[in-house]
Amino acid sequence: MQAVGVTEHLEVRGGAYYDSVSLMTVSRQVTTAPGVSAAQVALATELNLEVLAGMGFTVPGGTQPNDLVVAIRATDQAGVDAGLSALDQALASLHGAGARAEGLGQILAPRTLGAAIARGSASVALVSVPGQYATIEAWDALERGVSVMLFSDNVPVEHEVALKDAAASRDLLVMGPDCGTAVVGGVGLGFANVVRAGPVGIVAASGTGAQQVMALLDAAGTGVSHCLGVGGRDLSTAVGGRSTRQALAALAADVTTEVILVVSKPPAPEVLADLQRYAAALDTPVRWATLGAGRPDLTTAVEEALRARGVPVPQWPAWRGASSGESADGFLRGLFCGGTLADEAMLVVAEALGDVWSNVPLRPDLALGADLHAPGHVVVDFGDDRLTRGRAHPMIDPTLRLERIAAEATDPTCGVLVLDLVLGHGAHPDPAPELAQAVGDARATAVRDGRRLPVVVSLTGTDGDPQAVSRCADTLVQAGATVMLSNAQAARHAVGLLGSGVGR
Amino acid sequence: MTAPLRGLLSCDPAVATSGVTLLADALRAQAVPVTETQWQPPLDGTLEPLTRVMADRRRSEANALALQRMTSSGAELVDVRPASEALGLERGTFLHAGPPIEWDRASGPLRGALVGAMLFEGMAQTPEAAEAVLARGGVVLEPCHHRGGVGPMAGVVSPSMWVYELRDEVYGHTSWCSLNEGLGRVLRYGAFGPAVIERLHWMSSVLGPLLQQAVRSGGPFDIKALVAQMLQMGDEGHNRNRAGSLLLLRDLLPPLIAADGTAGDIAQVVRFCGANEHFFLNVGMPACKLSTLAAEGIPGSSVVTTMARNGTDFGIRTAGTGDRWFTGPANTPEGLFLGDFGPGDANPDIGDSAITETAGIGGFAMAAAPAIVRFVGGDVRQALRATQTMYEITVGEHTAYQVPILEFRGTPTGIDVAAVARTGILPQINTGMAGRVAGTGQVGAGLVTPPVQCFTAALQALAAAAEG
Repeated sequence: MQAVGVTEHLEVRGGAYYDSVSLMTVSRQVTTAPGVSAAQVALATELNLEVLAGMGFTVPGGTQPNDLVVAIRATDQAGVDAGLSALDQALASLHGAGARAEGLGQILAPRTLGAAIARGSASVALVSVPGQYATIEAWDALERGVSVMLFSDNVPVEHEVALKDAAASRDLLVMGPDCGTAVVGGVGLGFANVVRAGPVGIVAASGTGAQQVMALLDAAGTGVSHCLGVGGRDLSTAVGGRSTRQALAALAADVTTEVILVVSKPPAPEVLADLQRYAAALDTPVRWATLGAGRPDLTTAVEEALRARGVPVPQWPAWRGASSGESADGFLRGLFCGGTLADEAMLVVAEALGDVWSNVPLRPDLALGADLHAPGHVVVDFGDDRLTRGRAHPMIDPTLRLERIAAEATDPTCGVLVLDLVLGHGAHPDPAPELAQAVGDARATAVRDGRRLPVVVSLTGTDGDPQAVSRCADTLVQAGATVMLSNAQAARHAVGLLGSGVGR
Repeated sequence: MTAPLRGLLSCDPAVATSGVTLLADALRAQAVPVTETQWQPPLDGTLEPLTRVMADRRRSEANALALQRMTSSGAELVDVRPASEALGLERGTFLHAGPPIEWDRASGPLRGALVGAMLFEGMAQTPEAAEAVLARGGVVLEPCHHRGGVGPMAGVVSPSMWVYELRDEVYGHTSWCSLNEGLGRVLRYGAFGPAVIERLHWMSSVLGPLLQQAVRSGGPFDIKALVAQMLQMGDEGHNRNRAGSLLLLRDLLPPLIAADGTAGDIAQVVRFCGANEHFFLNVGMPACKLSTLAAEGIPGSSVVTTMARNGTDFGIRTAGTGDRWFTGPANTPEGLFLGDFGPGDANPDIGDSAITETAGIGGFAMAAAPAIVRFVGGDVRQALRATQTMYEITVGEHTAYQVPILEFRGTPTGIDVAAVARTGILPQINTGMAGRVAGTGQVGAGLVTPPVQCFTAALQALAAAAEG
């Protein structure tokens, strides 16, 4: 692998834990050092070791998942040194905040969540530590008498059940695990869009699904009272809707909530039936946006909810780029960051085109292998548990998906690309230029190869978001993409562009 | 009807976060009050037991109860008696500091003190003869803690030695500790020369009986109240006892002066006690022991009730695991040395005096005693930081013991094994240093922490007993 004019540096540092988001920033700073051609500073999780192997680095055996791996490839030793010095600076700046204050007035940062709750008189806790540690943090929060949002994924289901039972007995709520979004009292926790206040209360077993619903409601001029996340597994047989039940009861008792919308990936039928019986006894009407074959998509569910309240359904915003005038042969390839957006797109595509291969498949026999490739329609969820171990969520760190976009551009069987982009607090501060660049490059690559590669982007966000939805849409349209606020419409539009040459 | 979820939907949220800073930043961008945890993964190998211990449904209440008992227990000096009377200590049995240990594994200072005690009891005529008896197991060795008491440094107690007897009337416990010999070449630091043995005889024949008269006629004396006062006067109760010693002497003087004894003996006792900066330590320690005794035997509690060292092993016990010791090799303190002694002369950590930290003073109250840094090394900032850091591994704050410079915040009290494992922060202990060679005595003073194994082993045991 080593070529002339290439110097590599690889080291493993024990006892130096940093969170994956901070390390992504650090990696970037090292990569931009003069003479450095590639760099990865990451925890030695299985996934990251694979990424490093893919970059051509061989990490010695015996590393622990919490070890820090520093891999730098540079043109010469001076480049490696520049990279290491950039690394030192970047790591030092991570520690800077806590080390500043000195003297009598020095306040030490709390070292446990319980101490932070006590010090800040917190009413809610937000946990985003690596999943295997999240249960410990959640118990600490419940012990201190506050509800907890578990942003972390990779939490064992038996822990989830135990936590939720303990929480219910203390009149507290466990939002999660793998809960990406919540809005409580107007405050967005995790990934959250800036939406107007209003009468719709949301119970969300799906983070990006809830964001999509809130963005559509906002576009229709209707607002949200609260959005209580319950975690992606809450409506599974194992968890049995434990948090959903509590969230329904709390929203039903909330004076600002006039209607409740439950948003979920495909739920377990008996759990859904149970919850529907429970909801029927509440004073507040409950509507269900639960995805599944033959069930309405999220956009349709929102439209029905609007009509039921007598609110006119608008034309959902769409920004048509050059892609809309193109048609192509081949397969649909959907590369998603949002799990529910991926699910919804698959349901739409499967209804029109048949089987869709995926790492989060609609049927087990449609599961993708470890390389995430298949000679057919493919939808990949880059936010899935297995692709985020030791890495930041793709809504923060888009690297893996950007690489895949470039790969699809050179694949002659790829007929149309469907991408999602989710805005809001917590997401990448300005994701559109980077994605637009990747879209533009991919389309140019296809043209060089004598093909067309139309790209459709499902854009979830509001104009109140820090990234502003219309500004992002304009940037993507300039790169040739067609952009739609409704994820279901985006998937349908992509299906339409495939025309008659589908899957041949 | 009260609002569901404890009013979560009807308040302006304040958020505590643990994990990625980006999500805390997102909250700050919305002008939400955020308290961020400086989170690190727990100690190696503790993930599974920690998860079980945190899920123990008894834990929260059990720990609150342990803290409540520790802080509400009393401590009064009620008597001074020979150990044979106070504890029923039999001839041929010697008590020592720390967890159980045999002669073979005993360190220099503990061996030296045992030799001295043999000489003092007349069970051997020469150090060599004493060693021979000890080496063949001719005596019984037992930890002070197994008899409800404590001994500083080597902590060796024999039947003829006199002890302070303290009583906790709230929970009905008794504790005791030997009389302090002063500093320098003394038995508790492993010295056993003729001057040491002679002083021990004087303590049994003159000091003990006169103190007994003083305590019986003037007492009982509220030692817990003295600890509270000394913390406001610059002591931390482990390595700095200056104010406490004067307060105790002030209480003892009137009945002592009126005691039945020669003016010469009384003057010598007063001079001896007044000249000893650590006079108070030997009543402070059993007062702390009474506090932790009150917290013993609470199923589900992960609060530490004993930290003690025998010069070889460091041992801890917890409220939720009964009498079981969890031990690891004792560390050697770092600090300042007397005369021309140096780090190579120091023995590993020794003594029951870490009972002070276990009860929320000593190293945990270092912020109250900034002057101590001249004795143990470091700077004032470190003294403040030591106490502030200990709040991260304790269940709560003492209600009686306060730190003026921290706006009279209660001292950090009730070490939580789970919090130690979660944060990797080890209890901060202020301590004296004994010479590693038997017969040397004190060589310095400094700071030390327990070995981490004590806590990981205790955590495993708590996990095994956890109720989901």
